Amino acid sequence: MKSYDLIVVGAGIVGAACADCASEAGLRVALVEPGPIGGGATAAAMGHLVAMDDDPAELALARYSLGLWQAMADLPQAEYRRCGTLWVAASEEDRARIPAKLARLDAAGVAARAVDARELYRLEPALVAGLAGGLLVPADAVVFPPAVARHLVERALRRGTAFYRSGASHIGAAAGVRLHDHSELSGPVLVATGCALPQLLPGLPLRPRKGHLAITDRYPGTVHHQVLELGYADSAHGEADSSVAFNVQPRPTGQILIGSSREYGATTPEVSLPMVRRMLQRAFRFMPVLRQLDALRLWTGFRPVSADGQPYLGRVAGRRDVWVAAGHEGLGITTSLGSARLVVDLVLGRRPAIDPQPYDPARVAR
Amino acid sequence: MRDGYDVLVVGAGPAGLAAAAAAAGHGARVGLIDAQAGAGGQVWRREVARTGPALARRGIAAALGHPGVAWLPQTQVVGAEAGALLVEDPQGGRWLGYRALVLAAGARELLLPFPGWTLPGVTGAGGLQALAKQGWPLRGCRVVIAGSGPLLLAAAVTARRHGAELLGVYEQAGGEHLRRFARGLWRWPGKAAQAAWMRARLAGVPYRCGSVVRRASGEARVQAVEVDGPHGLQRIACDLLAVGYGLLPNVELARLLGCALRQSGAHPCVDTDSRQRTSVEGIYAAGELCGIGGRDSARLEGAIAGHAAAGDDAGAARLQRPRRHARRFAERLDRHFALDPRVRALAEADTVICRCEDVPLSALDGHADARSARLATRCGMGACQGRICGGALAELGRFPRDGSRPPLFPARLSTLAADPVSFRDP
Repeated sequence: MKSYDLIVVGAGIVGAACADCASEAGLRVALVEPGPIGGGATAAAMGHLVAMDDDPAELALARYSLGLWQAMADLPQAEYRRCGTLWVAASEEDRARIPAKLARLDAAGVAARAVDARELYRLEPALVAGLAGGLLVPADAVVFPPAVARHLVERALRRGTAFYRSGASHIGAAAGVRLHDHSELSGPVLVATGCALPQLLPGLPLRPRKGHLAITDRYPGTVHHQVLELGYADSAHGEADSSVAFNVQPRPTGQILIGSSREYGATTPEVSLPMVRRMLQRAFRFMPVLRQLDALRLWTGFRPVSADGQPYLGRVAGRRDVWVAAGHEGLGITTSLGSARLVVDLVLGRRPAIDPQPYDPARVAR
Repeated sequence: MRDGYDVLVVGAGPAGLAAAAAAAGHGARVGLIDAQAGAGGQVWRREVARTGPALARRGIAAALGHPGVAWLPQTQVVGAEAGALLVEDPQGGRWLGYRALVLAAGARELLLPFPGWTLPGVTGAGGLQALAKQGWPLRGCRVVIAGSGPLLLAAAVTARRHGAELLGVYEQAGGEHLRRFARGLWRWPGKAAQAAWMRARLAGVPYRCGSVVRRASGEARVQAVEVDGPHGLQRIACDLLAVGYGLLPNVELARLLGCALRQSGAHPCVDTDSRQRTSVEGIYAAGELCGIGGRDSARLEGAIAGHAAAGDDAGAARLQRPRRHARRFAERLDRHFALDPRVRALAEADTVICRCEDVPLSALDGHADARSARLATRCGMGACQGRICGGALAELGRFPRDGSRPPLFPARLSTLAADPVSFRDP
């Protein structure tokens, strides 16, 4: 039986970052993934690196990760572009949220500033007339997530990480995993399988939350920032069975990514045209010019949602050598690098750079 | 007007026209849609300033002239839900409801990559024919036609009629295969006559078997091609090169609707029974998307589907014998024009496979499926949605194109947001 210092299960961006981080620390690492690298939520994601500030723990992890993302800024295949996030106020009520949001970002050390209506249209001329203003976070960026995941895996492989192209069927009583091809690996296990987490760790509740995205043909110069409505957090953090929010992103190709939708209870990956309709109609309200653009593709993905919205990062309660990094909902790309660093620090018995307690899986004892 | 039909027919080529006419003949309210402005499909594409062949004129008149048929040109199918299609036309997006659906979306050309295939001045064989018919100036142009199948001759005839100087037609199939094919042609007198007619129109034009265009070269556009034939390599200076390796069924909508497919060689086609019923209740398929069969079997299958969709099984049964005869011709074509393995080895490491996203062949090494390749290289992510590179990669034995999602073609975002209104009760 092959023995490793750490067996990372799952090569989405979180598992890839964990393998990268652990191999960098000198551990003998195995990475287990039967599918394409970054082929799950990583591939479906928008790739928006965003300081979400609605929850202090979420913001702390995002802030920590955004710092680590700087190291990817010059990696060509990452398609890293610091386009900034422009939060748009649809109403006076939205605008009233801005000071508190600024204060939270400021407290976390994230530079941001309020934008009046005049500047809003200078920044994004395609926005619908009559908006109240907004908030700009200039350092937020966008990336192409599956390419980053591949880069992280390749780096780990160059450091000697063993890559098993089979699925993990079972975690041993002590530790170690059995693979679908019946081989067995021994050593501490770190599960980073996103939505598939309950298959290996049924004690950690996780719900898939379906999302849709559309991408247009190339229209360079139409959108300049990642632009979201300030009410986005209501959709992201709300418990509604389904919700949509205006969220567009300029790709380096000149294409425009358009989101977003959130749905519980939808378990098949088919594109739902009724949901696309809602999502697009929301987007048209903020940016009418989108109506005339050609869409090339629509796709769906599933965000892994933990019991309380925070990711599970750390040791699995009652298991000495079983660790988890999963359940990032819609922030998995942003927080992947920080999550990996934090968990690997815990595995190594090092003190993480940020307080790991809010993400400790032991909080959800089942 | 309320957009609901008893029978909705997708595609107005020989199969779709026959289906529309047959269904309307039983009193059904028929909708006939096509992405093009004119009916006839690729094979009966109308020429500028010229009337089409009599068979085409009759086929088009029988469908479009029927009071029960609503003709909806320039209408592209973008998506589908149970009992309705989301379509886009120049006015915008809307939903069309149906009780029965006949899929007759035809086929597209199989383009296989070789060094230089993306140079300006290189087209498909059918592509050249379509350009010529639409008035693209060919007079005095030195044209090389290559690839495989009878479409090469048809394209050559059209090009010559439009004033092209044909330097040669290069067929990849070996001479022995072609002679055997020709010897069996007597069983399809119409086909034999057509072949003789085309050969007569091409008098003086070299027709070489066992010959493959290995490379096209030129500065800003194609200036010369390299042909690998039974007597070695030959370099031919030319202005245009048209290369087509046969046809691929357009199965995307059928796949989106959940119709069972089967493999025909490297490519999927729609599986139907003898009444042209697909695996999905109320959905029929006819013509090229059930397997490349040519105009005659398309017309017969279209009529069968139209009768069956309108509830006339007896009408559908009457056409079974001629249909089988026509399909046998297609089987012979398939056998005798089978692709030489050489053709699948023309692309070099730096040959672009995905033109939309500029992805070379070497970038696809190590990818076992289309999704993995797409995520790593953007292959197939462009405006053609993998229609060209997907067919080529399947033929090259790399991996098949994966499933269908809306939009089936690039469509305006406003179309995708179109409200379905009262389409369920025609």
